[in-house]
Amino acid sequence: MTLKRLVAIVPAWNESGAIGEVVDEIRDYDPTVDVVVIDDASTDDTAEVAELHGATVLRLPFNVGIGGAVQTGFRFALDEGYDAAVRLDGDGQHAASEIPKLLGPIEAGEAELVIGSRFVDRGGAYRPPFARRIGIGVFARLVSLLGGQRVTDTTSGFVALDRAGIELFAAEFPHDYPEVEATLVALRSGLRVTQVQVDMRERTTGSSSITFVRSLYYIVKVMLSLLVASLRRYPRLQDARQ
Amino acid sequence: MTPVRVSVVGAIASIVLVLVVLELVRGRRLKERYALLWLATGVVLLVLSVWRDGLNTIAGWLGVTSYPPAVLFAVATLFILLVLLHYSTVISKLTDENVDLAQRIALLEERVSRIRTRAD
Repeated sequence: MTLKRLVAIVPAWNESGAIGEVVDEIRDYDPTVDVVVIDDASTDDTAEVAELHGATVLRLPFNVGIGGAVQTGFRFALDEGYDAAVRLDGDGQHAASEIPKLLGPIEAGEAELVIGSRFVDRGGAYRPPFARRIGIGVFARLVSLLGGQRVTDTTSGFVALDRAGIELFAAEFPHDYPEVEATLVALRSGLRVTQVQVDMRERTTGSSSITFVRSLYYIVKVMLSLLVASLRRYPRLQDARQ
Repeated sequence: MTPVRVSVVGAIASIVLVLVVLELVRGRRLKERYALLWLATGVVLLVLSVWRDGLNTIAGWLGVTSYPPAVLFAVATLFILLVLLHYSTVISKLTDENVDLAQRIALLEERVSRIRTRAD
């Protein structure tokens, strides 16, 4: 299967320093990709910069958080009939040159959701701080256990989806700290989830949204989300196909 | 036995609660939907305040022998918790609806500006 129409979904909040380069990099890499930047009510000129560099910009009227912003992109992709979507962060840590790796399993018809992970191979250059490594490992084990399929990194925001994945996430996507729960939702909805090894860059500007104070809320919230998500029923993709 | 003064104060407080809620609904500052739990709170507390034998009997069932009005406080607390929990569900629903609206606005604004550009 060749993907006819591809959209890059880039959530951004106060990323005017990095967003221009991010958009340029994607467009330089593959001019046929439509770049959609979701401006989550930035107080700087993120939206204007993105537009100037040729992106379609979706402007949220107020800040809805990363999950709600990303979902706006999925809804756009659904409305506009794209065949596949790639989600990249607006801070430049996801390299456009890695996009083909993410799309590989989708083009081959092997998966509906592909997660770009830094830990598929042991040889990856990235070694996160100890506490974060533990957290990532615990979440990955939990999601593997509850979702019935082994995954090693559920915290990555660098993902690709086919049409079925776009449909699912346009309807059902967690609002804050969404990545871990979204992976479980995808598994429980019957999507085939694959991981590929990608390299990620250090952030060029800004700082990670996960500060020390917020990490406790993050852990508790994600644990609760996983618990209730595993008790909820989701429409199975396989059922719908029959 | 419940002191008479407790019964009188409880009854007056319940009646004031019911009247305040009714006035808020009348003045359209409170929707009927959200007034019902408050009215139920007021009526139940009023009944338990006025019907002194009933309060004593219920206290007996619950093993509260020394001071029956404690049941009155317990029931009031339970209802307040119910109201708060109800409001938490309402807030959650409003939050979801708000995000949905924000997303639709973003999508529609983009579509409008695209159509405008094409028309120019």
